[in-house]
Amino acid sequence: MSVVIRFSGDSGDGMQMVGNLFSESAAFAGYGVFTFPDYPAEVRAPQGTVAGVSGFQVHFDTQAVSHQGDKCDVLVAMNAAALVAHRKYATANARIILDSDNFTKEAVEKVGYNIETIVEKLQLGECDIIEAPVSQMTLDAVVEFGLDRKSALKCRNMLVLGITLAMYDIPSEYAKKFINKKFGAKNELVSKANIAALEAGENYAKNSHLVGEHHSKATNALPAGTYRSINGNQAVAWGFIAAAAKSGRPLFCGSYPITPATGILEELAKHKALGVKTVQAEDEIAGICTAIGASFGGALAVTTTSGPGLALKSEALGLAVMAQMPLVVVDVQRGGPSTGLPTKSEQADLLQALYGRNGDSPLVVLVADSPADCFDKAYLAAKIALERMMPVVLLTDANLANGTEPWRVKRVAELDEIVPPIVSREELAEKAECFNERGLFNPYSANENLARYWAIPGAEGLEHRLGGLEKQPRIGAISYSPEDHAAMGKLRAERVERVADMVAPIEIEGANEGDLLVISWGSNVGKVAEAVAKLYAEGKRVAHTAVTLVNPLQRGVVEAMAHYKRILVCESNSGQLASLLRAATNYSNIHSYASMEAQPFNVAELVATINLNLD
Amino acid sequence: MAKIEYTPNDFRNGNAVKWCAGCGDHAIFNSVLKALPEVAERLDIPRENFAFISGIGCSSRFVYYMNTYGFHTIHGRAAAIATGLKTARPDLSVWVCSGDGDSLAIGGNHFIHACRRNINLNLILFNNEIYGLTKGQYSPTSKLGKVTKTSPFGTVEEPFSPAVLAIGAKASFVARTIDMELDLTKEMLVEGACHKGMAVTEALVNCVIFNHKTHADYADTKAIREERTIRLRHGEKMLFGANKEKGLVLDGLRLKVVTLGEDGYTIDDVLTHDAHCEDTALHTMLASMRYPEYPVAVGVIRDVQRATYDDEVARQISEQQQREPGKTADDLFFGGETWKVE
Repeated sequence: MSVVIRFSGDSGDGMQMVGNLFSESAAFAGYGVFTFPDYPAEVRAPQGTVAGVSGFQVHFDTQAVSHQGDKCDVLVAMNAAALVAHRKYATANARIILDSDNFTKEAVEKVGYNIETIVEKLQLGECDIIEAPVSQMTLDAVVEFGLDRKSALKCRNMLVLGITLAMYDIPSEYAKKFINKKFGAKNELVSKANIAALEAGENYAKNSHLVGEHHSKATNALPAGTYRSINGNQAVAWGFIAAAAKSGRPLFCGSYPITPATGILEELAKHKALGVKTVQAEDEIAGICTAIGASFGGALAVTTTSGPGLALKSEALGLAVMAQMPLVVVDVQRGGPSTGLPTKSEQADLLQALYGRNGDSPLVVLVADSPADCFDKAYLAAKIALERMMPVVLLTDANLANGTEPWRVKRVAELDEIVPPIVSREELAEKAECFNERGLFNPYSANENLARYWAIPGAEGLEHRLGGLEKQPRIGAISYSPEDHAAMGKLRAERVERVADMVAPIEIEGANEGDLLVISWGSNVGKVAEAVAKLYAEGKRVAHTAVTLVNPLQRGVVEAMAHYKRILVCESNSGQLASLLRAATNYSNIHSYASMEAQPFNVAELVATINLNLD
Repeated sequence: MAKIEYTPNDFRNGNAVKWCAGCGDHAIFNSVLKALPEVAERLDIPRENFAFISGIGCSSRFVYYMNTYGFHTIHGRAAAIATGLKTARPDLSVWVCSGDGDSLAIGGNHFIHACRRNINLNLILFNNEIYGLTKGQYSPTSKLGKVTKTSPFGTVEEPFSPAVLAIGAKASFVARTIDMELDLTKEMLVEGACHKGMAVTEALVNCVIFNHKTHADYADTKAIREERTIRLRHGEKMLFGANKEKGLVLDGLRLKVVTLGEDGYTIDDVLTHDAHCEDTALHTMLASMRYPEYPVAVGVIRDVQRATYDDEVARQISEQQQREPGKTADDLFFGGETWKVE
């Protein structure tokens, strides 16, 4: 059983909260869940208007879930504007639960429809429309608590939570506990009113026979462990916190607010008790530059941004390449170019991350492909940066940043070791090549992994100068000689190439050889994997793989591609990874499914496209 | 551990200094070398706890001649990089070497925000009023009408005064010196380095190739400097001239130059310099003084105490750590709303 449910209402109707509570209750009951909030770019558009509609989609299943789902099977619309705005996200025969109290002639006219013809105009003919008097039921349910009308109506979202939980026989204990915790201490009446509304919703669903009988009960969809709901931005922040704890390096984040990356800076700013230092810089450039300064000082330094910010950081990122500074840059991609679509997701910064700098300036580009994976990839990015003394770009996107899924909580002790090449004069005493004829430290001395020895200010006898000018290999003196420039250029490339050893090779899901290999990356991985799995189950000779290390190219990609007649790369851009793979292999059978709508992929559409590529 | 006594030579790495012969940067370099042993002594820190951060430009080559930790970065960004370094490592003495183009044009934003935050840096602003490394284009401090390669008919832009800008941006320590005044420079840099907060010292330096004698009207010889500059000292009367016969008085809302004994002015009418005054009005007027109407102010113009950014960041961290002593990453990850799957 796989169900997609979408809550939609005014920005002030509490749709994000009800969506989160529904998904966490479902997860608590053992379902696999994946959520996706869909809120307007405007802070709070006028009430009852299409521009002000805020949505929250939950995909849950008796099995683990890897994406937010396609069109929803159930649409909750708190008012006419919500129905008008989100009808297009629902299937043709969706169940639509609406607050009939809010579907007055005037409210429908306000959003440009006629109450007589709205059903026809919105093509609701095949839908199962539940006209529930949500507002009135809420007022009745909370009457005993003596709240004013406005406060009483604020409990409407709990009433629809009750309806939807009951529809799937999901217990409401988790939600009640949450409500008690949120309001209990401050305002017992509000707490009680919300719970009363929740129970009224459950009763309504049961009495109206909305409770389905076709539902198989959830059987723990996830491996054993302690879980919590996490979104991609929080997971990135926590991955860095874990890496700081493991490596012993203090965590420093220099950033400038930008949608949809700001959540990472906000999350890190909370954790001063863990010693995390954050600087909200004066601009994107200062964001990365403060991080580079902190890196020079021995910190695990990170900066977080989105596409326009990455463009501004490019010169400083080149400095980090040149001076071999450990640094992680997180780009939470959004629709571009320019200001583009700030709240929508796209994967179009891939080539910017690889090439958006002056000169031959190679660096590691790593990709996260689910909200929980953001933790692992942030941790890995930090490990690569710290152990190999280099900048790493981590690409996530708006879908990952805001989407949530259950994360199996990890202890720092169970994570891979992180051992930065920090040195003291004593440790290097035997290594003559580390010092010049005057006994001064050669700053580009490196270990066997080509990682520059990290001599951190305060280390006696290792004073040295770094900079953006080209240098003599190892010795680090300024050099404009053609030989030195060529040697350093090769070294910069080799340093990046060797990082491929630190990342597990790709995994093939499906046929090990055959007609078609489908390649995806980032937030589309879940949907593409599901589409391919369906076709493979039908006996098609098709396989899927997800690329998480784009530069250097992850081990196994080129080798695997040789085993299929055709390659299809699915991505939300004009075909950027496809062009990289063509350059890496010179194969002429690489095709591209490139969606440029800045919308999540649709599994049904993917199945159709893949089928076309199988003919 | 026995305290190390340093000499100026301990702070240079022996690399050949490559500024043009006659460049004012040589003089600043020598003053810095002389200042450092004294700063190490006063702050009680060893050489390895000094870091020099520079941007791009002639003056930014500075770090390559030092035997401290150093980072020659990118154009305009030294203040931002130094901000990150000092925030991460409050135990270091962080110096910034930057020019008028580096700090006031391409890096203007970072400069003013470093001043506003009052981060504990010691910034030397080498002001030669020209782009030297790119070979002679006007800068944000070039005098109005200045003819350069990119202003063949003279500039049409009013220049910044770095010291005025720094005061306006809330730097807590603002001084001015002249390249040839080695002792003054050394004194300003020692004071700036020991000051808690953002210290900006504007050094008027001569570019012998592209902007020769740009400061000559008031800085060329000792005799000229005596007549056309005024050395400000906290708590002392604002007097100048070979025999300290001239002084500054307040005439309404403006400063005025008077000669003692003329027009009825006596020493009692002359202003006393209060570098510690919170109000910026008089400091701004002093920093704004331009020759020939006024003498050019040198010395410490402003020196006030206020909370530094790096201290405040550290304070918040220590407060939160006291609130949740011993908190670990595991505590964070396993705290809050979790559920178990058996």
